[in-house]
Amino acid sequence: MSTQDQPLLSARRICRSFGPNQVLFDIDLDLVPGEVHALLGENGAGKSTLVKILSGYLSATSGDIHLDGEARHYRGSGEAEADGVVMIHQELALAEQLSAEENIFLGRELRRGLFLDRKAMRERCREALAELETRVDPRARVKDLSTSDQQMVEIAKAITRDVRVLIMDEPTATLTEHEVEVLFALIARLRERGVAILYISHKLREIERIADRVTVLRDGRLIDSGPMAGRSKEALARLMVGREITDMYPERSALASDAEVVLEARNMVVPGAVKQASFTLRRGEVLGFGGVVGAGRTALIEALLGLRPRSAGEVLRNGQPVALRHLRDAVRQRIAYLTEDRKGKGLVLNMGLRPNLTLLNLRAYCRPLIDRRREEQAFHEAIERFDIRLRTEARTAAELSGGNQQKLLLAKVMTIDPEIVIINEPTRGIDVGTKHQIYHFVRELTEAGCSVILISSEMSELIGLSHRVAVMCAGVLTGVLEGEQINEHEIMQYASGIKGVGVDEQRRA
Amino acid sequence: MNSVVPNNKSVARSQASFDLKTWGPFIALMALALLGVLINPAFLGLDNLSNMLTRSAFIGIIAIGATFVITAGGLDLSVGSMAAFIAGVMIILMNSLVEQFGPGLTTILLGIGASLLLGLCAGFINGMVTTKGKIEAFIVTLGTMGIYRSLVTYLADGGTLSLDWGVRDIYRPVYYGSLVGIPIPVLVFLLVAVVGYILLNHTRFGRYCFAIGSNEKVAEYSAIHVDRIKTMTYMLQGVCVALATIIYVPRLGSASGATGVLWELEAIAAVIIGGTVLKGGHGRIWGTVVGAIMLTMIGNILNLTDAISNYLNGTVQGIIIIVAVYLQRASWRKSAP
Repeated sequence: MSTQDQPLLSARRICRSFGPNQVLFDIDLDLVPGEVHALLGENGAGKSTLVKILSGYLSATSGDIHLDGEARHYRGSGEAEADGVVMIHQELALAEQLSAEENIFLGRELRRGLFLDRKAMRERCREALAELETRVDPRARVKDLSTSDQQMVEIAKAITRDVRVLIMDEPTATLTEHEVEVLFALIARLRERGVAILYISHKLREIERIADRVTVLRDGRLIDSGPMAGRSKEALARLMVGREITDMYPERSALASDAEVVLEARNMVVPGAVKQASFTLRRGEVLGFGGVVGAGRTALIEALLGLRPRSAGEVLRNGQPVALRHLRDAVRQRIAYLTEDRKGKGLVLNMGLRPNLTLLNLRAYCRPLIDRRREEQAFHEAIERFDIRLRTEARTAAELSGGNQQKLLLAKVMTIDPEIVIINEPTRGIDVGTKHQIYHFVRELTEAGCSVILISSEMSELIGLSHRVAVMCAGVLTGVLEGEQINEHEIMQYASGIKGVGVDEQRRA
Repeated sequence: MNSVVPNNKSVARSQASFDLKTWGPFIALMALALLGVLINPAFLGLDNLSNMLTRSAFIGIIAIGATFVITAGGLDLSVGSMAAFIAGVMIILMNSLVEQFGPGLTTILLGIGASLLLGLCAGFINGMVTTKGKIEAFIVTLGTMGIYRSLVTYLADGGTLSLDWGVRDIYRPVYYGSLVGIPIPVLVFLLVAVVGYILLNHTRFGRYCFAIGSNEKVAEYSAIHVDRIKTMTYMLQGVCVALATIIYVPRLGSASGATGVLWELEAIAAVIIGGTVLKGGHGRIWGTVVGAIMLTMIGNILNLTDAISNYLNGTVQGIIIIVAVYLQRASWRKSAP
């Protein structure tokens, strides 16, 4: 270990704002050659923003970056890569129609005179892929590769460069067990070669295995930094979340002890996303779903609703098996689903507000032609009930603010008069006031005897609203927490796979 | 995307251009008609007008079907060949039925029934292959376009299929006849347009077409049977093609490999001139009607004047299509931030 060495890359007092929102506050970070530095934090803590600044994808609002003691102001990722600072992305950034080999050398093709030196590139490419122990054919089109193979190509792309600082943003999210082992072996070799590695992950087990040094961010601030030795996983989990819950949330409605089960999912399997998950939902209950992004929560729920295929599993509504093959079947069972992607899946942005409101249950406004008066009336009721604030003359959904779009979407799914409401990330990107309204609305629903499934990456939301919290990690439902168990520390442990049933068994399988 | 959606700040300004967008095709039609009168007063004669509308009925009826397909984000290139194929099958069928039923109404009604059924099936195939096979509509209908075209050539053995003379005499009024002074093709055109208008603007089906064309994902998450609705638009298109063919057959009484060539492009042009967005999400039936009439009118005006050669018909049409779309886009661009 070479902790006494001079830092290769050092960041000082990095701040970054997006508009009026400051997301990073005076962050210091040193990367030393031959050391794996782990960066930890909840969703939205500012990890991705920070590494984007280090690798030139974003510029800092203020602060300095030094490489080998010299100040650097990267204006693009190309400049950082020329310095040997390379990032492997969380979202894959590959050209789908090109081959693996073409992707690996994209933008820095080897040439002989005017022409591409395909032979040399193939050679280098084979070496890199061999080092990663994958069977990826350099000539295979990226589109045809599995997600984990694509991730391997992304890694090969990074290591074929003359890399001095390697930044990995959740590289193992899509990898198989074996591939993770290969990656860790590779990391060990790179470390021996004196590469400085910055490693972002939610998975504390991984961090514990490979990190020499660790830095924790929370809400854009540096909370803790130091050697991994002497820091336990549990302590780190506490540092990541440790904040008090405010009285943002209304009191939970009392749940009758004999409340019947209204929805049950048994042994749901979604290929590539969910392994054998089962849960129940009772009348008047809020069931939270926690876990990191990509843990399989949305896949599980959408497979249940008939929005994506599942390879096994059974759904029971009020104790009776039901076949939900299309979202329309779920609507008939009076289950409403509020998607997390309100712009991409929730609202037709270039359509008017009224057609958007009635789209899910248009049948109710037809006799048999569409009755515009009834639509208009429903629209006014929705404005009242959900407090949608219209800017003057807003003609299309795109013209509404995020919070009002969310309320319109909520009004839309409520047109079916549901008994079960499934809400996915209800407060992503909306202001505090609207959040508060949505929380109270959830409470009203349960008061009225509806049941709610709440998928959220905001820990405080889960804790503040849920009667029970189901936690998922890497496609496995690791546990359902109740009562005293529902706290950030516990949820984080289940979400990162430290605790919970079946994680190890599933992985080995 | 941003440019399609008028920005809030420029509401007052975009209000004016919005009206222009709605009325643009009508204004263009009026301007073209005025030009026609100036060139030759005979343009406004009742004979000329009814003749022109009659001839625009084929493309017009097909284009109304195409409005649904395009609004829902699809495309159908096979309509011209489909018309030729349906015409061919219809003629062969009616000729062979003459032996059994004689050249009477029964024969013709059976021919018409077969035509509608064939259109429905052809549309169903286009729809199923695009939705279930998850292949782009352009590719699927390019394929079926070639298939239908070669099938009709095969049926005609490279030559021409001719309708039995006896049948032809009875069938003739469907194209040449008129009711209360209005030619029957024009009446059918009008009827299809009215039904199309109601279907697109006042029913669930129409609303779903808009939603699917705008954003298929949103439609899916709104519990709409996206594949079913899209297939239905192709079936509707097939029925429209069949209707156009039913009117077309008595005109010449024949079909060959050259029947209906380039009709698909004329139909798409009529739809686009009318203000329907090619990538889907926004459709206008009356605009399509105007677009179809405009295309025929251009040829008609060129016929009435010596200033421009009749052979340049395609050139003028081409220019007008591009200008029409440019004007529509320009009014969006102005309202962008």
